[in-house]
This record gives sequence, structure tokens and C-alpha cells, in this order.
Amino acid sequence: MTWEPRPLPKPTPETEEFWRAATEGKFLLSACRECGLTYHYPRALCPDCFSDDVEWREAEGTGEVYSYTVMRGVSGWPESSLPLVYAHVELDEGPRVITNVVDCDPDEVEVGMPVEVRFEETDREDVAVPVFAPRED
Amino acid sequence: MTAREPVFVAGAFEHPTREAPEKSTMQLHAEVARGALDDAGLTKDDVDAYFTAGMPWYEHGLTPLIMADYMGLDVAYADTTDYGGSSYVSHVGHAASAIRDGKCDVALVTLAGRPRSESHTSGASASPLRTMQDSFEVIYGASTLSKYAVAAQRHMHEFGTTSEQLAEIRVAASEHAQHNEHAMYRDPVTVEDVVSSRMIADPLHLLDCCVVSDGGGALVVVSDDVRRAIERECVEVLGHGEAVKHLDAGRTDLTYTGAADSGPRAFAEAGLGPEDVDYASIYDSFTITVLQTIEDLGFCAKGEGGSFVEGGTLQAPDGDLPFNTDGGGLCSNHPGNRGGMTKVIEAVRQLRGEANAPVQVEDAQVALAHGTGGSLGTRHGSVTALLGRDDR
Repeated sequence: MTWEPRPLPKPTPETEEFWRAATEGKFLLSACRECGLTYHYPRALCPDCFSDDVEWREAEGTGEVYSYTVMRGVSGWPESSLPLVYAHVELDEGPRVITNVVDCDPDEVEVGMPVEVRFEETDREDVAVPVFAPRED
Repeated sequence: MTAREPVFVAGAFEHPTREAPEKSTMQLHAEVARGALDDAGLTKDDVDAYFTAGMPWYEHGLTPLIMADYMGLDVAYADTTDYGGSSYVSHVGHAASAIRDGKCDVALVTLAGRPRSESHTSGASASPLRTMQDSFEVIYGASTLSKYAVAAQRHMHEFGTTSEQLAEIRVAASEHAQHNEHAMYRDPVTVEDVVSSRMIADPLHLLDCCVVSDGGGALVVVSDDVRRAIERECVEVLGHGEAVKHLDAGRTDLTYTGAADSGPRAFAEAGLGPEDVDYASIYDSFTITVLQTIEDLGFCAKGEGGSFVEGGTLQAPDGDLPFNTDGGGLCSNHPGNRGGMTKVIEAVRQLRGEANAPVQVEDAQVALAHGTGGSLGTRHGSVTALLGRDDR
């Protein structure tokens, strides 16, 4: 099973490397060589100092749930993907990213729960989607 | 600081409809425009500036052109600042600046929308991908509902806020709505009714969410010269502040809103503080929107909103902070899914002594109107306006 028919991300020149790296099992953060900020989502100019001297940095892929909600119905969403856990995960590197928490009972998700990244394939060879699942500590 | 020219709201009108299948959105704009001009004792020919936000199903950015054409307006100034639902609170401040700058004297602000008739009834629909950010959000199910729910969840986690406390906000709104003949939901509800309503997006229940309604509203903002020439009781624009809050490069903090910045800006401009506010219209897309905004505007400390709203604090006429006496977006009206307009209109009614009698705040001198457009969970525009009774 692939990600579809859920909406597929639209890679742009700024973001296509993020989605491509995901097909290789890597979650890329952006890092500014000028001011040191590590940030997400990717942008060509650092959102703190406007430097364009930015690079990709592979995240460990571990973190914890910062917040979440369980969506039991989303119109236009496939039944097979419901209920859906929409979440913000704080990566160990700092940035909080919007994602889904998968592979668990939605009612067991809680703030502070340790999670780790995994990647969902899509019908596009150059795009995979990072999501997070509970992590055994 | 040099003395500034005072600017006034001279006309305010809320469309009585909540469902308008037989009318076009443009017709609603024109009807509320006429209503607000009638209220001010002015005519269409007096209007020299026009403010409205975008309507996505029209051509982006061209809304004021389309609407000026439709209504036959001949204006020297137009503005289409679009912060979603808070746009119309923003327009009041922008109109005041334009008037002080000598660009115009009579600014018309209109809102209209028909999401109920057009079946835009679910805040849980995933929207199409448009912006770059959507690829990092909408693909995961970001929707109006999910983006406010995560803010509520985090606030509960950090501060121990409860569903029962959020419910108090709906209870107060429903107590007010029973006196509003136009309100969509006029029956008072209890805390138990709210927390036992269907869970929509944990931790938000159905009754934590605002209504979906057709309708609209309009305001007329005028210079001191115009105010002197008309009979109608006006309301002075004492202060105005805006802020844009966003994900902050991943340092996202879901426990506060842009009101933490727009509020102090508005209070500073007015030379007032939260203790001076007699009545507050606070944007209420969801109960959590109200709770966080109350904290951020300084009516209580951060994290204490839950206990603050307990015990009838928000209930007019005798609560410490009477709010949304028309029933607000939670019970009365959320025209076009954009509630900033009705926030200003009810504040004007309170200052003129024209609120529904059981909820009229006695001798209201200062009112606050606050808008939150966009979403707490990603990015939003916060706009605070302070309005004062005109004692001429």
C-alpha cells in the first residue's frame, strides 16, 4: 500500500531533495552555516538571518509528541487511513514538525510519547512521506 | 507624541440572515453596505474609501474592484488586507490610518459569505495544496479543526486546562444568545451538554466549535469632520494593533496567540490597559481561541484562562469580563466563516447602549474587539481594536 489516495506533496526546487531523501530513509533538516539555526520546513534562505548559506543535515529521526489530535472523520480522506493522528513532533535536534503518528492505537497517543520516523512510499519514485511511530525506550 | 486626529465608527450593520440560498454573495455585500450607511445617516455618494478582504472563489486580490463595480462605488482609496476572519478588525485600523493620513473621510468596510448555502460545512475537509507549506501540513490532514485541536491539547498538557473549563465559554455565549432573536442557537447549554457532545477532534467537542452561517456585516469609519456633520452616536477608535504569528522555523509554541503582541500594541496606542475594558468581543472560532486570547490580552496570567472563565466571568451583564453578548460565533453567527466583523459590530452596540437589554453592560465606556484569522496550529493574523464611547 502506498500513501495515495491521500494528497501527495508537491516538490519544488527548494524541497525536492527533502522528499527524495525520504525515499532513502532520511529525514533532512535545514541548517544555516551563518547563524547555526536548524529549521524545518526547508527554505533557501535562513528564516532567522536571511543567509543563503544553508545546508541539509540528516536528523536522527527520533523525538517526542509535542501535541496531537485524533481526527475520526476527514472528508475526502480514505476510510483506511482513519482515524488519523495529526501531530506535532519535536525532533531531538529541536524543530517541531507537523506529521502523523502511525502504527498504534490512536487512543494511546499522548503528549511526550517517544516516537521515531518511518517513511511511507508513494506512487512517485522521487517522493516518500515521513511519519512517526511509537519508539521503545 | 503629537495629538492624533480622532477617528470614529459611525455606522454598523449585521445582516439578519443566517442562511441565504436565494441571494448572491455580492447582493449580501450591497445589503450590508446600505444598512451600515443608513445606520450612520450617510449615503453611498459619501463613501470615498472601500475595504474588504478577499473571497477565494472570486479572482484573488481583485475583490475590491469587483465589489466597487457591483455596488457602483467611486473611491479614492481601497484595501484588501486579508487575514482571514480577523480582516475586518484590521480594516478598522487601516481605515483610521488612511483617514488620519488625509486619504479619505468615509471608509466603508464590508463582509459577506454563504458557506452554509454552499455546503462548506465541515472544518475537517482537507483543502487542496496551494502554498509550499501545504505540502508539509495538508498532506497530514491539517484542517481548521485539527489545527485548533492541537493548540487545545497542548494548552491542556502544559496548564491543566480542562474540557469543562473550555465548556464555560460556550455556556456564557449560549446564555447571551437566548436574547438575540437572530442567533442560530438560542437555547442555553450546560457544561455537561458541551462535554458530552460528540468528540470532533480531541479534545474539542462539537459544542466547542462555532456555527457555519451565511450573512455578512458592514462598518462605516469616518473622520472627525464627518462625525461632526452627522447626528448618529459614534464610537471612537482608540487603539489598534496587529500581529502575525507563525511556526517560527519549527520553534512552534501552540500555547499562545498573536494577541500577545497585538493586544499590547492596541493598549499602548489607546493609553489603556486590560483593567479599563468594560466589554470584550473575542473571536470564538472555537472555545480554545477565546481561552488563549483572554490570557494573551492580559485579562489573566498565561495558563490561568481555565480558572478565569469559571463561575460566570464572561457572562453579561454582571461578570467581570462580559464577552460576545450577541452569542458570538459559537451560537449566533459566523458569516462567511469570518467572525471579525461581528466582533466589531457587537462592540459598537455595547458602547451605544444598543445591545439586547438583558446583556447590555451598564455604562460601557471602553470595548475591545479582537480577531483571530487563520489558525492557532500553524499561522494566524491577530488584530485588536479598542473602541470608546463618544461623549460629545
